[in-house]
Amino acid sequence: MFRNNYDSDTTTFSPQGRLFQVEYAQAAVGQGSIVVGAVSKSHAVLVALKRQAEELSSYQKKIIQIDSHLGIALSGLAADARVLSNFMKQQSMASHMTYDRPISIADISVRLCDRAQTHTQHAGSRPYGVGLLIAGVDGKGPHLFEFQPSGDAQEMVAASIGARSQAARTFLEDQVKEFESMDEATLITYTLRALIRSQPEDKVLSYDNTSIGVVGLEKSFKLLEGEEILEHVKRAYRLEGRAPEEYSENADEGGSME
Amino acid sequence: MNHLPQAWGRPRDDVYGPYNNSYLQTSGPSQHTQSPIVTGTSVLAIKFKDGVVIAADNLASYGSLARFTDVKRLLRFNSRAVIGFGGDVSDMQYLTRLLSSLEINENYSVTSSTELAANNLHTYLHKVMYKRRSDFNPLWNQILIAGLDVADNPYLASVDLLGTTFSSPTLATGFGAHLAVPIMRRVCPDEEAAKELTQEQAVETVRECMKVLFYRDARSLDKYSIAVVTKEGVDLKHGEKLEKQSWAFAEGIRGYGTQVN
Amino acid sequence: MGSIFTAAPPQSGPGYSFKQTPTTVPEGTRQHGFYPYTDNGGSTLGITGADFAILAGDTRSTSGYNINTRFAPKLFKVGGADSRIVLSVVGFAADGLALKERLDTIVKMYRYQHGKPMSVAACAQRLSHILYQKRFFPYYVTAILGGLDEEGKGALYSYDPVGSYEREQCRAAGAAASLIMPFLDNQVNYKNQYVLGSGEGHALQARERELLPRKDVEELVQDAFSSAVERHIEVGDGLQMFIITKDGIEEIYKPLKLD
Repeated sequence: MFRNNYDSDTTTFSPQGRLFQVEYAQAAVGQGSIVVGAVSKSHAVLVALKRQAEELSSYQKKIIQIDSHLGIALSGLAADARVLSNFMKQQSMASHMTYDRPISIADISVRLCDRAQTHTQHAGSRPYGVGLLIAGVDGKGPHLFEFQPSGDAQEMVAASIGARSQAARTFLEDQVKEFESMDEATLITYTLRALIRSQPEDKVLSYDNTSIGVVGLEKSFKLLEGEEILEHVKRAYRLEGRAPEEYSENADEGGSME
Repeated sequence: MNHLPQAWGRPRDDVYGPYNNSYLQTSGPSQHTQSPIVTGTSVLAIKFKDGVVIAADNLASYGSLARFTDVKRLLRFNSRAVIGFGGDVSDMQYLTRLLSSLEINENYSVTSSTELAANNLHTYLHKVMYKRRSDFNPLWNQILIAGLDVADNPYLASVDLLGTTFSSPTLATGFGAHLAVPIMRRVCPDEEAAKELTQEQAVETVRECMKVLFYRDARSLDKYSIAVVTKEGVDLKHGEKLEKQSWAFAEGIRGYGTQVN
Repeated sequence: MGSIFTAAPPQSGPGYSFKQTPTTVPEGTRQHGFYPYTDNGGSTLGITGADFAILAGDTRSTSGYNINTRFAPKLFKVGGADSRIVLSVVGFAADGLALKERLDTIVKMYRYQHGKPMSVAACAQRLSHILYQKRFFPYYVTAILGGLDEEGKGALYSYDPVGSYEREQCRAAGAAASLIMPFLDNQVNYKNQYVLGSGEGHALQARERELLPRKDVEELVQDAFSSAVERHIEVGDGLQMFIITKDGIEEIYKPLKLD
């Protein structure tokens, strides 16, 4: 199974200057179900596709609120994300306690990176197998950061990580100039459209498998799930020119699209 | 005679008796500060419509001895806060170092979103002071924090060696709490009055109070620092002299003037 | 040398209300010593009704005979913006603030981790634990916790500084507790009130207790405080009231005498 001799721990570089364990961790991020995020002048939005491990199970949790001004979406090992989210909650709370100031999004991202980096430099520890999108609002407005297991975080206008996220990214790249001026609803719709584009035709976003996290300059972080997301999803499908039978006008009569 | 090098330069045992080494050892448990040593007296502050005025004299006393007469007890922290210290001067100097390292960290950090405002600083100092009192190792000070809060409104608050905090449109530490507060409350009884008060009125009131304190507080000085914090920044002046003193009132008071009985 | 050190002007004398405060100079070498507590005065009270709880406190903060400020709240919402729990603390203000922040953090964390708000009963027991954990270096405060229980009824829990607690209909705490509590006993729990003409001596029938409507309770609170202000120097300046109902927490501020 070993690719070569340089991938059994994170303290050994390959002759090409690569740390394979870190790259494998990043592969774990790519296996997770997709999450998308974007920012405008006034809002930051996260949307996620939730997987159901099996027919009888519940859907996984993809978006976690950290504080009233900040939340994350995850792709990869959910258990690792839980550990990291607890760390972030502690950091955020500590900022309130010592300075009476909400932690800045850049600041908490850097602290997260510092922690993740140590796991890329010590034998006997493994990198976090999860990537995060960190969305929040601070003194300098709304922000979106993309965090990787390598201990790297990058500020983004829009971002997507997880399985089949390339299609979503392509869509986001086309819209890159538009995001800044979007209002809350439009921003949600566009991130949902990116999510739709990443999925095969037969995979339909429903109120079971989709969650949305929104935060704005004058609005604390809110996680939308279930019925609350339906309007947004319908609107996204309408703009995509697709109408899955679940959302067709006469769905109640059991009718379907031609 | 002892010719060994370790005895060089020491008083001769045969003349002065052996050196009492017990002074060098700490016996018993380690001790924390039980009382302040070199102290500063009152700090005064008053809010006005665009900011805060704060003042403290330049004296550091060693008990009843006027020991240092050019001590700066007001500290400027970034462009929106000034901190005034009453109580132990060495603890003030420790806090000054602590705060300057905090300020440097803040200024170098590209990630922190906004400059620390006066209320953020007050919360921080409160935590420092409360932690130290809970360790039974207090920083023997009462501190006033004057400046602008996150929303750029005038902010004035106090924290002391026990970690007790409070905020008011007029505040004074030490003797000033008895002598200056009633005078300041007359011109500025509440927040509404503070919103009407002009900078000139506020400065004038504080200067008048400094004079009253010099008349009545034996551990005070006629040389003081005064600072005004507004949106334009901090205007901090050291070494101001009290003007228009009148000691005529002292004539009739036994012990004040030259008369003995 | 010793005399020089001790001749430094007193920074702040120990508060005079606590019985434990040393009032005499210790024998032998004079040492200043550090006493980590003070009393910041003030009073609080809480009363519950069928579907509401009211907590109230004056806003004066004192050090000895000095008034530190005329507005220092003793009432705090616990657990974030959409909270339905209020904590009141009176005694040593710095400990009160520290206690409030610890409880607030815990309730917020509970919300993040469980996705639902903490019940008052759970919060009340947690508060007891926090106080008891510091049994040997207590938070020198008398706390009252108020909210609505799981049936929507007003809930009130009162504490001593080391965590002993019980649920009650009404409770007064702080400097003027001994003035207000008997008044509450009489007016809320109808103590020493009897049915007119029901007899004499043991035949007297106690007046039946009933849950008071909100308006009556607000008036009782007002009367309790305006009377306490007259008789206690550490109470005054302002009256802050938090009324907890199913629709949220309503805040009322009314001035009290400044003298």
